[in-house]
Amino acid sequence: MKTTHLNLRAAMVSLLMFLVFLGAWQLSATAPTVAGAAKAGMTADEIEYQKMMGKDPGAVKSTGFPPPLEVGKAIVGHLADPFYDKGPNDKGIGIQLAHSLGRVGLGFLLAVLVALPVGFMIGMSPLMRKAFDPFIQVLKPISPLAWMPLALYTLKDSDVSGIFVIFICSVWPMLINTAFGVAAVKRDWLNVASTLEVQPLRKAFLVILPAAAPTIVTGMRISMGIAWLVIVAAEMLVGGTGVGYFVWNEWNNLSLVNVIFAVLVIGVVGMLLDLAFAQVQKAVTYVE
Amino acid sequence: MSEFFDPYNADRPLMLKCSCGRDHSPADHHAEVAADAAAAQLRARSETAEFEAYSQEFIEATLVKALFPQDQERRMFLRAVGKKTAMAAIASVLPMASLQAMAQEKGPLEKTNLKIGFIPITCATPLIMAHPLGFYQKQGLNVEVTKTAGWALVRDKMINKEYDASHFLSPMPLAISMGLGSNATPMNVATIQNVNGQAITLAMKHKDNRDPKNWKGFKFGVPFDYSMHNFLLRYYLAENGLNPDTDVQIRVIPPAEMVANLRAGNIDGFLGPDPFNQRAVFDEVGFIHVLTKDLWNGHPCCAFGTSTEFIQKNPNTFAALYRAVLTAAAMARQPGNRELIAKVISPAQYLNQPEAVLNQVLTGKFADGLGKVMNVPDRADFDPMPWQSMAVWMLTQMKRWGYIKGEVNYKQIAEKVFLITDARKHMKDLGQPFTAGSAYAKHTIMGKAFDAAKPEEYLKSFAISKAG
Repeated sequence: MKTTHLNLRAAMVSLLMFLVFLGAWQLSATAPTVAGAAKAGMTADEIEYQKMMGKDPGAVKSTGFPPPLEVGKAIVGHLADPFYDKGPNDKGIGIQLAHSLGRVGLGFLLAVLVALPVGFMIGMSPLMRKAFDPFIQVLKPISPLAWMPLALYTLKDSDVSGIFVIFICSVWPMLINTAFGVAAVKRDWLNVASTLEVQPLRKAFLVILPAAAPTIVTGMRISMGIAWLVIVAAEMLVGGTGVGYFVWNEWNNLSLVNVIFAVLVIGVVGMLLDLAFAQVQKAVTYVE
Repeated sequence: MSEFFDPYNADRPLMLKCSCGRDHSPADHHAEVAADAAAAQLRARSETAEFEAYSQEFIEATLVKALFPQDQERRMFLRAVGKKTAMAAIASVLPMASLQAMAQEKGPLEKTNLKIGFIPITCATPLIMAHPLGFYQKQGLNVEVTKTAGWALVRDKMINKEYDASHFLSPMPLAISMGLGSNATPMNVATIQNVNGQAITLAMKHKDNRDPKNWKGFKFGVPFDYSMHNFLLRYYLAENGLNPDTDVQIRVIPPAEMVANLRAGNIDGFLGPDPFNQRAVFDEVGFIHVLTKDLWNGHPCCAFGTSTEFIQKNPNTFAALYRAVLTAAAMARQPGNRELIAKVISPAQYLNQPEAVLNQVLTGKFADGLGKVMNVPDRADFDPMPWQSMAVWMLTQMKRWGYIKGEVNYKQIAEKVFLITDARKHMKDLGQPFTAGSAYAKHTIMGKAFDAAKPEEYLKSFAISKAG
C-alpha cells in the first residue's frame, strides 16, 4: 500500500519534471522564424540571394535548436517505417538497431566466454589474482576508441574490429566481478563440500557458481551497459551500419532533429538491456 | 496546392499525410520523387545516341590524351602510323582501353560484385552518380557504393581489401604506395574525380579580416594530411608570409564535421571540400573567402583508384569500372546536367545534403555568405586526366612540409601511381615512335609557374619550407 503510494507520487514528480523540461525546451528553442523575409524593397539580386540561403517563402528552413514538436514529428516518421532499406547507406532505424544489437551481442558473448572461466581461475587462486592484477588494472581504463586503430590494423576488417572493441571493453567488469564473487564464497560452504569429497568440477558448478551468481550477473550488467556505450562510438568511427552510423550520417547532414531522435533511441534501448539484466539478477539472487 | 492533399477529389482518400500511402510528409515525397525523376531524366539523356557518341569520344579522347599529354606528340604519332594502326595499337596495349569504339569485344569480367567506398562530398560525384544512373550495371557490374566515415578509414579499408576500389584524395595513393602513414601498399590513381571545387571558408566573425597576413594564430581544418586541401592551404598561407607550422594551427577534421566545428568556434576556418563550404554559408556560420579555383585553376582534388593488385588480378573488371566512371565524368562535365545531378545525389543514401546546397556547388551560381550572388561556372569540374605533373607537384609539397624526407625520385613515384604512365610504357615497349620528352603538363599555382621537370629547383624557390 505504502509503496504503491510512493511509486505513484514518484511517477507524478517524474511527469512534472518531464513537462517542465519540455516547456523550457519549447521556449528556449527558437522556432524557425526566418521563412520568407520581406520581399518589398528588395532587388532581384537580393531575392535570389535569399533563395540560395534557403529562405524563400515556400521552403521552411529550420535554424537553431529544433523545438520538441519538430522532434516528435521526426520520431513518428522514423517509427512509422523502421525497416526500409534504400541501399547500403540509408536504412530504417529498426535495421540499424538490429545491426548494433547484433554486434553488441556477439562482442558481449565473446566477453562472457573469456571472462567467466578466467574470472573463476583468478577467484580461486590468490596467486593468479596477484599475477593478473597489474594487467587488468592497465587494460581496464583504456577508451574503446583508442583500441580502434590497432584493431583495424591488425584484424583487417572493420566489422570484426567493432566486435573486438566491444569485447575488450566489456570483458573487464565481468572478469573482476566474477573473480570477486568466486573469491568471496563463504568458507563454510567450501569446507562442507570438501568434507563431502565433492569433485572440483562439481564444486565449481554446484557450489561456487550459484553462490557467486549475483555478483557475476552484476558484472554482466555493468559490462552490457559499457558495451552499449561503446557500440555507438565505434560505429560512428567505422560507419557502414548501426545506430552509431545513423547518428554520424545525420550529423553529416547537420540534422539535429534526427540526432535527438537517435539519442533517445539509444537511451531507451540501453535502458531495456539494463532492465533485462535486472530481471536475471533478481532470478539468481538468494537470501541466506 | 491541390497536389499535396487534394481535399476536393472524390476518388482519393483524404489523408493528412502523403498521398502515396507511406507515412511521410508530402514535402519528403516530393523530394524523393524529384530525385527519382531526375535520375530517370539523366538516364534517358545518357541513352541518347548523341550522349553515347559524346561519351565514347570522351573516353577515347581521355585515353589518347593519357598516352600523349602533349598534343604535338599525338599528331606526330598519328601521322607516323596512321589512324587505324594507332587505334589498334592503343586497343592492344591498354586493358582499360578496349576503347569504347572496340568495346564489343570486352573480356569476361573476373569479378562482378564490387564494393566501392566514398566520402559524402561533391568531389565523388561521378563515382556516386554512376550508381543511380545504372552506369556500373551497364558494364555488367554489381557495385555497392558505401559511405565511409573518414579518409583514414578509406585507407584502412583499401589496405584490408574490404573495398575493391575507392574514392581517394589524390595524394593518398602516392602516400600509401610510399608507405607514408601506412604500410606501403601499391595503389593506383585511375582517374582524377574532380578538379577545383574546394574553397577556404571562414567563420562569420572574420568577415572584415580578409587579409591572410593578419591570420596569425588562426586554427584551420583540413580533411587529411595527405590532401590537396592541406597542401593548397599551406601554399596559400606561405605565399602570404605565414608559416603554416608555427603561425597557425592546422587540424585534421573529417569533412562532415567541419561545419559543426566552425559553428562551435573550434576552428576559424577550413579549406574543405564542397558541399561543406556552401553548407557553412547555407547555415549562416561562415562565408566563402576564396575558391581554390582562384589559387590553381584546374587543380586536381579527389581521385578514383584501386590497388595495383586488383588491377593485375582483374584487368577486365577494372576496364569496365574505368568505363563506367569515365561515362559518369563525361556526363558530369556537361553544365546542362548539373542541376539534375544535384537532385540525384542529394538523398540520404548518397550525400544527404539539401539539394539547394548541391545545386549551388555544381552549377557555380552561389551565395558567398556575404550577401552576394557569385557566378563561377567552373567552380567545380570533372576532368579525369591524371597528369603525372600533378603527382610531382604533390610530392614537392610533401617534401616541402616534411612529410617525406631525403631524396625523392619524383618521376618514378608519379609514374608508378598515376596510371597515365602505364599506358605510355606499353607504347614504348611496342616500339611505337613517340618521344617521352616533356610529357608533363605545366601548371600555374597562385601566379607561380611549376615545371615538373625541375622539382628540386621549384622546391628550393620557396622561402617558407621545411625541406633542407
